[in-house]
Amino acid sequence: MWEYSDKVREHFFNPRNSGPLEEANGIGDVGSIQCGDALRLMLKVEPETEVILDAHFQTFGCGSAIASSSALTEMVKGLTLDEALKVSNQDIADFLDGLPPEKMHCSVMGREALQAAIANYRGEEWSDDHEEGALICKCFAIDAVMIEDVVNANNLNTVEEVTFYTKAGGGCAACHEGIEEILAKVKASRPGAGETSPPPACPATPEAPKPPAKKLSIVEKIKVIEEVLASVRPMLQRDHGDVELADVQGKKIYVHLKGACSGCMMEAATLGGIQQKMIESLGELVQVLPSSHMPVEA
Amino acid sequence: MEPIYLDNNATTRCDPAVVEAMLPFFTEHFGNASSIHAFGSEVGKALKKARSQVQALLGAEHDSEIIFTSCGTESDSTAILSALKAQPERNTVITTNVEHPAILTLCEWLEKEGYIVHKLKVDKKGRIDMDEYKSMLHDRVAVVSVMWANNETGTIFPVEEMAELANAKGIMFHTDAVQAVGKIPIDLKNTKIDMLSLSGHKLHAPKGIGVLYLRRGCRFRPLLRGGHQERGRRAGTENSASIVGLGMACELALNKMEIENTEVKRLRDKLEQGILSQVTHCFPTGDVSNRLPNTSNIAFEYIEGEAILLLLNKMGIAASSGSACTSGSLEPSHVMRAMGIPYTAAHGTIRFSLSVYNTEAEVDRVIEAVPPIVAQLRKLSPYWTDKGPAANPEAAFAPTYA
Repeated sequence: MWEYSDKVREHFFNPRNSGPLEEANGIGDVGSIQCGDALRLMLKVEPETEVILDAHFQTFGCGSAIASSSALTEMVKGLTLDEALKVSNQDIADFLDGLPPEKMHCSVMGREALQAAIANYRGEEWSDDHEEGALICKCFAIDAVMIEDVVNANNLNTVEEVTFYTKAGGGCAACHEGIEEILAKVKASRPGAGETSPPPACPATPEAPKPPAKKLSIVEKIKVIEEVLASVRPMLQRDHGDVELADVQGKKIYVHLKGACSGCMMEAATLGGIQQKMIESLGELVQVLPSSHMPVEA
Repeated sequence: MEPIYLDNNATTRCDPAVVEAMLPFFTEHFGNASSIHAFGSEVGKALKKARSQVQALLGAEHDSEIIFTSCGTESDSTAILSALKAQPERNTVITTNVEHPAILTLCEWLEKEGYIVHKLKVDKKGRIDMDEYKSMLHDRVAVVSVMWANNETGTIFPVEEMAELANAKGIMFHTDAVQAVGKIPIDLKNTKIDMLSLSGHKLHAPKGIGVLYLRRGCRFRPLLRGGHQERGRRAGTENSASIVGLGMACELALNKMEIENTEVKRLRDKLEQGILSQVTHCFPTGDVSNRLPNTSNIAFEYIEGEAILLLLNKMGIAASSGSACTSGSLEPSHVMRAMGIPYTAAHGTIRFSLSVYNTEAEVDRVIEAVPPIVAQLRKLSPYWTDKGPAANPEAAFAPTYA
């Protein structure tokens, strides 16, 4: 059985705000019956102020799905819609004193229901193309789809690289066979897979940057940086996040992580991945840091 | 409130008589059966007795057909890999798509290694199609491996008939009988079954002990090579205390076979009827007229199994579920999916598995506890309204995949 926190148990045994909400004017239905988790979030929003006056849920799902739904309704009541949109899945998990890695998707589902309900209230179309795969790395809760996407996007070849980009496999190492299988699968599907390509010699450390042909001017440099950010943006947006350049100070590149990326538990891995791309594109060693690390002007 | 244990297909408690039989083998009879001195010979005699006790329960012709292993999974792997190694000209394994992971995961790996695995499909009641089976028996098949009884539904497979058919074509037959041994009578000497796996902890012996039955004359290649233990067929110093415990458990199981198939069956039926008569929109899964006497698997529609288990657990009742969430996987039980049980029901399957230790009073308590739990969860479910399931539930609530 899972190690559920007391708070998860409490919210499961005594769920708050369950059942239909007659006066709901924003409804979000998310989840998948195949996976055994489905959630309907109902919001009653005051039109003048956009304050959430009441929130109810109906959930088909396990203990942590019900607890996450219950927690979510408690968290968003009294917030404005814009405030509510800042609630991240990690906030829901934190509210419950944590969730087991296999159950983090319950908090993600909660967050998505919230986005869907708000979109429904605002008359917007909400669609979610985030696909969830089988959980591969239990230490850092990374699933197969995420690993496959990152392997594809960055042309990764080794378990070490996957760990570098996603953290997957960086803990107990029990999932290395699973990661190797994903690598083999992606490799086989790459164009020209039939040709034999020699395995990279020493994959553990990222390749040393090639010396730049000539020193880039600051304008050229920023152009390259923006290009790199543009290339990673679709991946982040798929997870409802985004990134923006904040400043460049010497070898330090400061970025704003936005949306789901801000405060995400994967922040360090995201920045690590961006940094690696920056180093490759700029041909020099740089550091990518969150904008919160920017030195405060005296 | 005394806890009620209805998860005996997962594991069982050791019978006190089993524990008592084992204890001396941790202390005064600690010797290695291979040693020449008195410390060893005492143990050697005890192993011989245990072997004959297992032999009696299985109805094996010779006690040398009993090979002690560490668990059911080891027995399964040994059997299938042996069949492939001993017959390199044969590259195919026939099994079913409702086997235990001990077989299915091994078969997935065999496929990656280049072997051909044919998984027989089952119908809505979990039964295989014998015509499909017959059509698959050809001279490239190394081994057929079919479970004697399914762990989730208790459905019994016609393994004796299937073994006859395989034998007539010169194909080895293995059965994973982990759930069947001790619950239904088995008489291997009058069958054509070549190999059989059993696991101690499913029949009130300790965990960490299993058996591979290997018919005399069946070609064999060991999985573990080393010392001469088990006549060189399974190297490694014997787990003497557990072997003695398993021997005792087999003797007890043989004596209680009658009770298992009368009293335990009666309690199981009472439990199932008690629940079905009070709860709407639930149904038993598997082949109810041909299943283990101790197992009842009920699908509760529109609610999820882990939630049911947590509420049962709060009432001191232990059972198990085929929902995805209880295993951490993304799909509900492969057995339920193989039988075509819809997702709205497959995630809500609960397995109650009894043993001779369960009482009438316990069954009554469970019958009382289940209906309010189901009602409580249905009240939370988006597929359910106060008038019953939402009209056309799957359309009424069709969430965005997330």
